[in-house]
Amino acid sequence: MADEAHGAEDGGLVFHPLDQFIVKPLFGGDAIHWYTPTNVTMWMAIVVLCIIGLLVLGTRGRAIVPSRIQSVAELLYGFVYKMVEDVTGKDGVKYFPYIFTIFLFILFANFLGLIPMSFTTTSHIAVTAVLGFGVFFAVTILGFVLNGPKFLGLFWMAEAPLVLRPVIAIIELISYFVRPVSHSIRLAGNVMAGHAVIKVFAGFAAITAIAPVSVLAITAIYGLEVLVAGIQAYVFTILTCVYLKDALHPSH
Amino acid sequence: MEGDIANMGQFIGAGLAAIGSGAAAIGVGHVAGNFLAGALRNPSAAASQTATLFIGLAFAEALGIFSFLVALLLMFAV
Amino acid sequence: MATEDTAVEHGAEAGGAGMPQLDFSTFPNQIFWLLVTLVVIYFVLSRIALPRIGSVLAERQGTITNDIAAAEELKQKAVEAEAAYDQALADARAEASRIVGEAKADIQADLDVELQKADAQIAAQTAQSEKAIADIRSGAMDSVKAVAKDTAKELIAVLGGKADAKTIAAAVTARMKG
Repeated sequence: MADEAHGAEDGGLVFHPLDQFIVKPLFGGDAIHWYTPTNVTMWMAIVVLCIIGLLVLGTRGRAIVPSRIQSVAELLYGFVYKMVEDVTGKDGVKYFPYIFTIFLFILFANFLGLIPMSFTTTSHIAVTAVLGFGVFFAVTILGFVLNGPKFLGLFWMAEAPLVLRPVIAIIELISYFVRPVSHSIRLAGNVMAGHAVIKVFAGFAAITAIAPVSVLAITAIYGLEVLVAGIQAYVFTILTCVYLKDALHPSH
Repeated sequence: MEGDIANMGQFIGAGLAAIGSGAAAIGVGHVAGNFLAGALRNPSAAASQTATLFIGLAFAEALGIFSFLVALLLMFAV
Repeated sequence: MATEDTAVEHGAEAGGAGMPQLDFSTFPNQIFWLLVTLVVIYFVLSRIALPRIGSVLAERQGTITNDIAAAEELKQKAVEAEAAYDQALADARAEASRIVGEAKADIQADLDVELQKADAQIAAQTAQSEKAIADIRSGAMDSVKAVAKDTAKELIAVLGGKADAKTIAAAVTARMKG
């Protein structure tokens, strides 16, 4: 906000790189209660509608030879299913619906956020933190329920020398508790950074001389962001699978 | 004037924090480059290790994102 | 820096902090709607979408397996047909060679019979000729013998001897053999 004032003074350049992330009530008013329909609500609803459109309406035909939309849905299904199976093993497959839910939500929120003038729900730490800590608590509780105290073996490297084991245990413990933080901030940070950078370049487009460069840069960054949107959804999902594997098979 | 100095400190700190993004870029490049070197040596094993590649990239990148976050916090939140 | 102060104040009014992400007053709202969204997505997926896609994939897998089995069967049939064809070809070839062999044998037999006949004829003629020659020779011998006997009898008569025919014949025969 401060540089905005400076920019205005310098002449013409106005940067609002973070204004796109402001949460606004949908139907006027200022107060944002927990139940107020906001632009968050709207874009999450669009995410849900897109998922329903792709995975429910798209597969309506149940065709043996799939239509285009159905083959996309099957591709996503097969992709995540294989990921879960590969990383967590056969006994992790029963958690596939949860992981698929997370994956689809992040994927669609990221891609819908790339539509100009849209609102990116996954750029908010509140949202990604719920996802990240949700995974963290779910995995931790699951680990203790399935393995009991043996779950603590995750931190106790049996193959390391005895002297080093407590040190390693402390490091492992810290890294374990940093997991949800990095897990959630990685997603929000990537998405936020990309969108903010696009906005900054868009601000430069106000100067006629560098406008073409600015537009080219926006195009390039936009392409990168499309990539990042997919990769971050993938990374979030595969890390969830890795954490889940730790809960299912804590012994290294 | 005090506010000015505080602002200056914020901006300098944000700029310094942004160096971390470059460091993360080195890390990401290192991961990807080594993966490519290994994949060219043994292409048959490359496909099975893409998941590991992405996990490694994600870990390397996360730290860069942290520094970016610190920069943003200094710029806008402090 | 009056403008800056107002800007900061404005920011504070808008969200409490500069970054909308750190505006804690919107957190309950976002978290609430996120949870609603996730629950809706989860139920849509687990109730409708995933069973459907799973069944479609399983069905397709089944169809593909069946098709592959059918293709395997057809291939088997093709292999069998080829084997039968080869068998027929080999049979025909064997038949042909058998017929050729028979014809050859017949011809050989006929040839042999003819040859034998011819040989026999030739042998008979030869025998006849030999017999004729032998007859002629023996005839000649007899003539010679008779001449020799007569000559010997005359010679003996001239010399003044007297010899009976038997002794002369024996002598001539002995001399002629020697």
